[in-house]
Amino acid sequence: MAGLTMRGVTKTFGDFDAVKDVTLEVADGEFLAVLGPSGCGKTTLLRLVAGFEGVTGGEIGIGERVVSNADGNVPPEKRRVGIVFQNYALWPHMTVAENVGYALKVAKVEKTEAKRKVDEALALVNLQGFGDRYPAKLSGGQRQRVALARCLVAAPSLVLFDEPLANLDVHLRASMEDEFAAFHKRTGTTIVYITHDQAEAMALADRIAVMDQGRLVQLDAPRKLYSEPATEMVASFIAQGIVLPAKVLSGEEGGHCRVSVLGQEAVVRCRPGEQPREAAKICCRAQDIEMAAAGEPGLDGTVIRAVYKGGSTRIEFAPAADPTVHLHFELPDPNPFQEGAQARIRIRSGWLIPSGAAA
Amino acid sequence: MAQALKEWRGQEMALAVAVAAIIAVLSLLPMVRLVWEIVAPGGTFSLSAINAGLANPATLTATINTLVVGIGGTVVAVVAGTVVALVVALTDMRGRNAFVLCFVMPLMIAPQVTALAWLQLFGPASPFLKLIGMAPPLGSRNPLYSPEGIILLLGIQYAPLVFLLVRAGLRKLPRELVEAARAGGAGWFTVLRTVVLPLMTPSIVAAAALAFVSSVGNFGIPAFLGIPANYLVLPTLIYQRLAGGGPAVLGEVAFLSVLIGVIAMAGILAQEAMSRRRDYRISSTSLPADPYPLGRFRLPLEIAMWVLIAGILVLPLFGLMLTSLVPGHGIPLSSQTATLANYKFVLFEHAGSRRAFGNSMMLALGAAIFAVLAALPVAYLVAWGRQRWVRFANLMIELPYALPGVVLAIASLLLFLRPIPLTGIHIYNTVWIILYAYLARFLVLALRPTVSGYHQVDRALEEAAQVTGAGLFMRMRTVIFPLVAPAAMAGGLLIFMTALSELTVSALLWSSGSETIGVVMFSFEQGGDSKYAAALSIITVSITFGLMLATNMFARHLPNGVLPWRD
Repeated sequence: MAGLTMRGVTKTFGDFDAVKDVTLEVADGEFLAVLGPSGCGKTTLLRLVAGFEGVTGGEIGIGERVVSNADGNVPPEKRRVGIVFQNYALWPHMTVAENVGYALKVAKVEKTEAKRKVDEALALVNLQGFGDRYPAKLSGGQRQRVALARCLVAAPSLVLFDEPLANLDVHLRASMEDEFAAFHKRTGTTIVYITHDQAEAMALADRIAVMDQGRLVQLDAPRKLYSEPATEMVASFIAQGIVLPAKVLSGEEGGHCRVSVLGQEAVVRCRPGEQPREAAKICCRAQDIEMAAAGEPGLDGTVIRAVYKGGSTRIEFAPAADPTVHLHFELPDPNPFQEGAQARIRIRSGWLIPSGAAA
Repeated sequence: MAQALKEWRGQEMALAVAVAAIIAVLSLLPMVRLVWEIVAPGGTFSLSAINAGLANPATLTATINTLVVGIGGTVVAVVAGTVVALVVALTDMRGRNAFVLCFVMPLMIAPQVTALAWLQLFGPASPFLKLIGMAPPLGSRNPLYSPEGIILLLGIQYAPLVFLLVRAGLRKLPRELVEAARAGGAGWFTVLRTVVLPLMTPSIVAAAALAFVSSVGNFGIPAFLGIPANYLVLPTLIYQRLAGGGPAVLGEVAFLSVLIGVIAMAGILAQEAMSRRRDYRISSTSLPADPYPLGRFRLPLEIAMWVLIAGILVLPLFGLMLTSLVPGHGIPLSSQTATLANYKFVLFEHAGSRRAFGNSMMLALGAAIFAVLAALPVAYLVAWGRQRWVRFANLMIELPYALPGVVLAIASLLLFLRPIPLTGIHIYNTVWIILYAYLARFLVLALRPTVSGYHQVDRALEEAAQVTGAGLFMRMRTVIFPLVAPAAMAGGLLIFMTALSELTVSALLWSSGSETIGVVMFSFEQGGDSKYAAALSIITVSITFGLMLATNMFARHLPNGVLPWRD
């Protein structure tokens, strides 16, 4: 087991920076999710850690050992890293047992010992008795579990997951998520988990690294990522946050400040030391928005869409002050609004997104 | 700590060195020797050979003729091979195994045998036409003595080549891609046009390049059909010059062969350019698409397909067989006159012919096994390597095959006329010089399908092995080779069949004791003993056919796609 260190890691293909100046540290035994839209560089990041690509600049360390820097690159086979591939990458010409036992064969583990370990690993992923089958005969979930068992057997110091649930259906995802969580608990292995699915990342990870256009934009615990996004991109990417233009009216006081948003005043949470400024942005969540009664201060506007969600309705709302801005929130049954109805809402709370310099 | 990064990657180095050595010995060496002969005949620099070649009007005529039959033959082969591959792979036609077996046969028949068979079939002396009373009057011209005849036979010869490559590509076509298009409302022909054919582009383009290079370099067919009509292509021009002028014309002949090399390289570069334009890689692997039900068109289509077989395979071979049973020239064939004496003669009585069987078997097996073993690592670098020199290396391997066999034979002669330096080993006038030429010439036949094989394997499969700690050799042995072997072995099989009755190379390199079947066949034909040539042809065709059937029996134990003629 070992942690992972990346210092100023940059990877350039031609004149395109796939990964730009990424610095992060994953503690021994930590579960880190790397989250971002497709093309953000997260897969390149994984390939850099695994050693399939060499870094253009910076340094990668696994445990105490530097494995990549601009001068050289420890080959993947010497890194003791495990990978669970998106498409499973099971060898079609080998049985399940041969797939799982491959690492032991490479390490020249004695046969009966190897067989015991393979059986053990298969039992751990609930695939007892599947050893003689070929991957083609397995379902998607079973293949994923074989891939997990294969990874498990090698007892790697660091396990990389490359969007492992992308090819599975929703029900299977939930059960595989449990499986991964159990895997992490049982083995205590350091895990770097690449995904574009934030629900997955939130459910599994100790911390989440959000990437955008090759850069690491925020690295925090899921709760903090949600409540205190560091940039506009994170705010809107995580849980569909609503980003609104605002003006900061007062300096920070007890973790809050007053802002003017869409012509109304509101009190939002903020970082310590925020000062009044123009052209700020705040991030609101659906639950930060509530209905205001006529006569109360609030934002007038139009309901553009009302989608029934079972027990509640998701309302999309365009304020009269700036109809190009869309807000959304949920109302429990019964829903009094139809599409096109006029309504008045109030922004109860929010988060002042730090200015670019602070991020 | 920094020291750990500069690890000695011995296995990677060993692989690169081995691949470089294979290419240097089999490709660079003969090429350099050949070019040396053009620019510096006799050791001093001179352009006289090139000037002499350019000044000769026969050069231009032969170049144009080469392009005409090369392109014509390629078009016929690509259209026929692709259509047949689509029908076989995508429809519910019955009796596929038998059909594929028959359709692939012409490829395993040496070009000179094909030419001989067709000439026997259509000529005024045709025992077959006499049998059905349709023989043209004696002295009338055989219609095959024409460019059209050459194009037709080249097309028939190489359609199976196209078929095999396209068929292999179709085998990898995941059903989801077809089903997704059909679910999108596309009819069968729309699916074919918008999904199947575009995805098959790399296979079809590769097949076209191969057919073009083969047609341009073919010697047997234009020799038999073109020379009587005085329609010379570059390979036959070279052969005539050499036969007439001896070593004195080596320089001029070398120039002509470089000319063919340039034409063939243009075809290969066009292929490279076309397959680079888009990414055609199929990432997922799954079951092949369900066969398309032909409904009431099934029987007519099946009949049409078998009529095709009758036309291109059964009738010519039947004509050849009849000739092999004739007791003597001019004697009409009947149940009374038919004899097996010709077979007895070539099998037991003629010493050279007997030796030739052993030699050709050994040469074909040796070349096939070596090529498969060499293609796996070479293709690894070509398909997945990042080294810049690999693309150049790939072109270098294409070169010996792109050049007609005559040229490689001359290059080999020039190389081994004297003993190999430092060792003193003299392989000139032995069977080993033929083996060397075969290895150099046929390696690419195994390399091409192997490279396509690599392209269609998801590299994550290797990476998965790599992260478990498996070194390069271990990965190759346990993961890569088993996945790519079917493609490589298909290539090896092609080599065996091509080499078994190969003529062009061995015709120039043989010596007493190292005759090949092709050489013996050729000398019988030259001596006017068509009946012996026909008997030999029938025997080699039977051996090949028997081998195909025999390997079919073990097909259950082989991975899918190893046997090209098995569906």
